Amino acid sequence: MSETAERTSVAGGPPGGQANRSSPGLLRRATVGFMQRREATVFVVVVLLIVYFGFISSGRSTFFTKLNLIVLSQVAGPIIIIAIGEVFLLICGEIDLSVGFTFTFAPFLMHYLIDFYGVPGIPAIIISLLMGLAVGWVNGFLTVTLGLPSFITTLGTGFALQGIMLITSHAEQSAIPGPVQGIGHWIGTYAWAEIGWAIIFVIIFHLVLRRTRWGLHTIAVGGNQVGAQEAGVKAGRIKYGNFMITAVLGAFVGLQVAFQASVIDPSSGGYTPMFYSVAAAVIGGTALLGGSGTIIGAFLGSMMLAVLIDGFPVIGVSANPLPLIFGAAILLAMIANVQFARLRERGRAL
Amino acid sequence: MTTVTPDGQGTVAAPAGDALRVEHIRKRFGAVTALRDINLHLAKGEVLALLGDNGAGKSTLMKILCGFQQPGGGRILVNGQEVVINSVDHARELGIDVVYQDLALVNQLSVYHNMFLNREMVRWPFLSNKKMRRIAREHLDELGVDIPSVDADVAKLSGGQRQAIAVARAVFTDAKILLLDEPLAAMGAKEAALILDLVRDLKQRGDVSVMIIAHNYGQVLEISDRVNLLQHGEITFDKPSRDTSVTELNDIVVEEYRRALAERHKTA
Repeated sequence: MSETAERTSVAGGPPGGQANRSSPGLLRRATVGFMQRREATVFVVVVLLIVYFGFISSGRSTFFTKLNLIVLSQVAGPIIIIAIGEVFLLICGEIDLSVGFTFTFAPFLMHYLIDFYGVPGIPAIIISLLMGLAVGWVNGFLTVTLGLPSFITTLGTGFALQGIMLITSHAEQSAIPGPVQGIGHWIGTYAWAEIGWAIIFVIIFHLVLRRTRWGLHTIAVGGNQVGAQEAGVKAGRIKYGNFMITAVLGAFVGLQVAFQASVIDPSSGGYTPMFYSVAAAVIGGTALLGGSGTIIGAFLGSMMLAVLIDGFPVIGVSANPLPLIFGAAILLAMIANVQFARLRERGRAL
Repeated sequence: MTTVTPDGQGTVAAPAGDALRVEHIRKRFGAVTALRDINLHLAKGEVLALLGDNGAGKSTLMKILCGFQQPGGGRILVNGQEVVINSVDHARELGIDVVYQDLALVNQLSVYHNMFLNREMVRWPFLSNKKMRRIAREHLDELGVDIPSVDADVAKLSGGQRQAIAVARAVFTDAKILLLDEPLAAMGAKEAALILDLVRDLKQRGDVSVMIIAHNYGQVLEISDRVNLLQHGEITFDKPSRDTSVTELNDIVVEEYRRALAERHKTA
């Protein structure tokens, strides 16, 4: 993991022209390089949490059981996947608060298409994902073309989607339609499906962010929109695209969670997974004001939240104080991150 | 220099060698006239200093020349061909590039990514980072731009270095007409020297025409071939740099301030 975290530099390589690569120097430089990465703190926190829950706490006998690891991975997967989208949006200076409702609505749409309109399984899944694309487009249209702040537009589209979902479903659960149960296993039911997809997306989108024009332009738009536009970067297109990526990922996660729970539930999704994901992105070093962020950081941030969500019940802490512990943990992680960043800056200046 | 019909439309063909020619460009924003009637020309390989006070219309002219805004009237000729510059990309295709002092670069990206911004080299689907880094390095060395590393985030560089990189980027992307917007504003002598040297090098290459837009004439008089003064949306002064002096320019500007002050007292 540390190696992966180290390779996330935008520059994508070591600074040129540095000689004297003696081996102790190399080790030291590797350590310093690692510690200078934003992700380093989060990585350390995740490791400490795992050590605590797995070896020290009263739940240590349960934590590393296969069952618990599956639960942990199923908690982490959705947060990771949505966080990927939010990272792209936050980097280019936007946010999507509606993604949790795209999540909720997607499996319902699949259910309507199959059970009410006789659409076959796979097309129904594809149309549900395309619905995500459409929601992302609307968010982009309202934000980019009409110039509203995305914090407001996506709040609105989120409520609207929730309303559509409640009206059409009468706020009642539905069973997974027969035709998609087979493919549903691969999407979300199998034990490691969530984390498997999450890791695939992490790899793909890490490469997109760090190694492609799309990623470079996303950073450029968030870092200096006017400057990027003057260089000819199509900022609007980048934002539209990132809204669409986020919403499609949200729809996909919605399907995953429905398949995994074997039920389409109007109360799943919503603001909670969205806020977890934004928190994960920010904990992982993504700047809320745009311009910087990494997928690896968001992955680690998501892991940190997932370990907390999974870990406290394992050690038998009742569910009531969980949000409090959770809030404190997020704040502590972020304070540590900011303070650590300051230390790093100071270390660099010396 | 050109014969102009009363309606400001017809003119004789521009003499060969003019990289850029601006004829009767006007621009209004509602009730405000930003550009009244701009006529200027820039020969190939020439360095023109376009001086003017704040609000004289310098930035509006810049925005029109780089395709960010459309003029209200008049025409623009690039290498003798009349053109309608309808976007920044189009301006760039025509070889016109603007370098803004602070707006141009993305702080969060490395020097070489900035150099290649929107013209990245790609070996689908990935960026050819190694190749871009090497070419950026070579190009900066060739122009004598001294920076510690092309991998450094631009945020870590000084104002002069950033500006130099922005200029180098423009030249690198085949700009033949380079518009430098206030390249030396808020810059110390040492930093300014970096940019002035760079412009001098460009002049020696001979294929790039440079228009330096500034309001501090002392700094640019020395490296420019010719000076134009922009006042209230019009070019009011056009002389070779060697035939004018800081004193002469100063007198014009002082005179303008005196007039503005007198007017203010009259209305008050």
